[in-house]
Amino acid sequence: MNRRLDIGKGRVDLSHGAGGRAMMQLIEELFLGAFDNALLNREHDAAMFDLPPGRVVMSTDSFVVSPIFFPGGDIGELAVCGTVNDLAMGGGVPKYLTAGFILEEGFPLADLQRIVASMAAAAREAGVAIVSGDTKVVEKGHGDGIYINTAGVGVVPEGVEIAGDRARPGDVVLLSGPIGDHGVAIMSRRENLTFGSAIESDCQPLGDLVAAMLTEVPGIRVLRDPTRGGLGSTMNEIAQQSGVGIELTEAAIPVRREVKSVCELLGLDPLYVANEGKLIAICPPQDADRLLSAMRAHPRGRASAVIGRVLQDDRSFVRMVTGLGGTRMVDWMAGEQLPRIC
Amino acid sequence: MKYIEEFRDPKLAQTLSRAIAAAADPARTYRYMEFCGGHTHAIARYGVEDLLPGNIAMIHGPGCPVCVLSVARVDAAIALATRHDVILCTYADLMRVPGSKFTSLIKARAEGADVRMVYSVTDALRIARENPAREVVFFAIGFETTTPPTAVALKQARAQGLGNFSVHCNHVLTPAAMRAILEGRNSGVILDGFVGPAHVSAVIGTEPYAEFTRDYGKPVVIAGFEPLDVMQAVLQLVRQTNEGRAEVENEYSRAVAPEGNRVAINIMDEVFALRDTFEWRGLGHVANSALRIRDEYAGFDAEKRFAVDLPAPRENKTCACGDILRGEKTPEQCAIFGDPCTPENPLGACMVSSEGACAAHWTYGRFRQAERAGAPA
Ligand code: SF4
Repeated sequence: MNRRLDIGKGRVDLSHGAGGRAMMQLIEELFLGAFDNALLNREHDAAMFDLPPGRVVMSTDSFVVSPIFFPGGDIGELAVCGTVNDLAMGGGVPKYLTAGFILEEGFPLADLQRIVASMAAAAREAGVAIVSGDTKVVEKGHGDGIYINTAGVGVVPEGVEIAGDRARPGDVVLLSGPIGDHGVAIMSRRENLTFGSAIESDCQPLGDLVAAMLTEVPGIRVLRDPTRGGLGSTMNEIAQQSGVGIELTEAAIPVRREVKSVCELLGLDPLYVANEGKLIAICPPQDADRLLSAMRAHPRGRASAVIGRVLQDDRSFVRMVTGLGGTRMVDWMAGEQLPRIC
Repeated sequence: MKYIEEFRDPKLAQTLSRAIAAAADPARTYRYMEFCGGHTHAIARYGVEDLLPGNIAMIHGPGCPVCVLSVARVDAAIALATRHDVILCTYADLMRVPGSKFTSLIKARAEGADVRMVYSVTDALRIARENPAREVVFFAIGFETTTPPTAVALKQARAQGLGNFSVHCNHVLTPAAMRAILEGRNSGVILDGFVGPAHVSAVIGTEPYAEFTRDYGKPVVIAGFEPLDVMQAVLQLVRQTNEGRAEVENEYSRAVAPEGNRVAINIMDEVFALRDTFEWRGLGHVANSALRIRDEYAGFDAEKRFAVDLPAPRENKTCACGDILRGEKTPEQCAIFGDPCTPENPLGACMVSSEGACAAHWTYGRFRQAERAGAPA
């Protein structure tokens, strides 16, 4: 029998992805225990399960964030939350995930274990099971430590109809908390900004918040999490898909002081900085107060706010009343402000 | 942070807005040029236009370093970058500026040229130290604000004997450009005064603007880059115009001393000399408007070290950047503004930098165009 993996000093080598005994050992000692669930423990190539009645939502996302450990999270937590949130934004209750790992030869097993543990914790928090996985190893120099892909399925309850093309003039736009935390946490680490280190990524699963919101207001029309491209790009997507205009009120959009300072310093606009644990909701005006209270009553939505309204506009312009009192466009983000943010 | 927010306070903005409206004579119009792209950006980004009465027009000036670079200089950058022995270092904004025939540094890079985006000239020095077998060229652009750091880098390179480092100098001078605008022969632009540069003035001081008040009768109010700074400057300009005064006033005294920054000025003088003439996009050849590297530093002058023989530059004829940089046209008057020229697909320099007038209008202000044309909001 092999010796157990040396998690403390060991490193990933090519045999860990080769399909032989070393790979089995990695799976058994590192993944199975952490992700512990009956479907995965069966070690079949594919997981088999029944889903509750309703429409199924499905989504996939790949994670290449750099650095892999950042204030408030790591690539593993991000990989779980990212896909869980995509499912939730379709109004789905997230159920099952798969996880694919692309590891670079030489990657420390201790780091891998830490990442796997935080994936497991995030999955527990989100109420999902990681039921199937895959590991590949690439030669040194052909990757950047670790990339993770996750895919997931969830079920949309009866009567819920959420889509990016359902915003109507008169609707109200709500936001679940301060923007820019994730992007700034990553940037301040990359740029070695000591004063920015107080900011942590907002990375969190939003399934339970969405469930609480839908219980109160089943008629929510649009849900989106403003990840890459930030709030500004997300609002433009919705305006475009729904064929409406949107007017935001800058003074109503929560942004942390530290985030503002770092953005000022780096020449970024918080409107285009990524979030990983915030959502935008659009609902009919008569539901807005109830929805806002439901969001604020939930621990993941304490700082929720009404930030704008939907207008009739064939050109699908997103505009904003600035803090100063003027008006300006909020355009799509031009180019990529921050590469490898998730 | 508190400091910044004070200069964006909506209550103060309303107060200033009312004061400007009260001061402005409804029987006339006021046309002021904000020289700097930083001001252009602040005006668009905060919607300052909405807080000014309709008879005050802000005209965008040429104070955007990327925008005023001639096509010939962009071509030279691309030619340098494509040499195998060269690593070309420059600011990110320059990467997407179109040269002749729609080339750009970013396209050259995709084809294998070694172009590095840097935040400052210090990064370029470091790259030179790390790559002793390569020629590292810093493509220097900018007005008087970015010139002193380039001068410091040249002095360091010489002191350290960093033989593989050189600078392609495109540093230009603000007062010369302001003069060129006022002197413009067939210029259709009539100005009542200038919102003067913020950071540039912190370097050169207030004295260089005296000629505009004395010789041309145009008031100059130096202003910071915060939106309230701009509004305060407009108020002071309106008052000067009403009273028939033309003076240099300094709204930005928190950063600008009348004598400027002597240390910075001296170090520039030590390393750079005036060029007889220099070609600007939009303004054409302007006498004494730019700097060259002094002969003592010839070994670090990329223009001397790498002779590039280039075909005559080919301007994009439909691009109206030149007219816009002279303040003769607004971005919306360019036939291809927004279609197909956008920040994602810039066909002229003014659409590249966030300080460029076209980019600022497209990104922040284009809803106004449709509204003026009577389309529904
Ligand atoms: S819109 Fe584009 S092509 Fe037209 S002037 Fe501006 S930059 Fe040049």
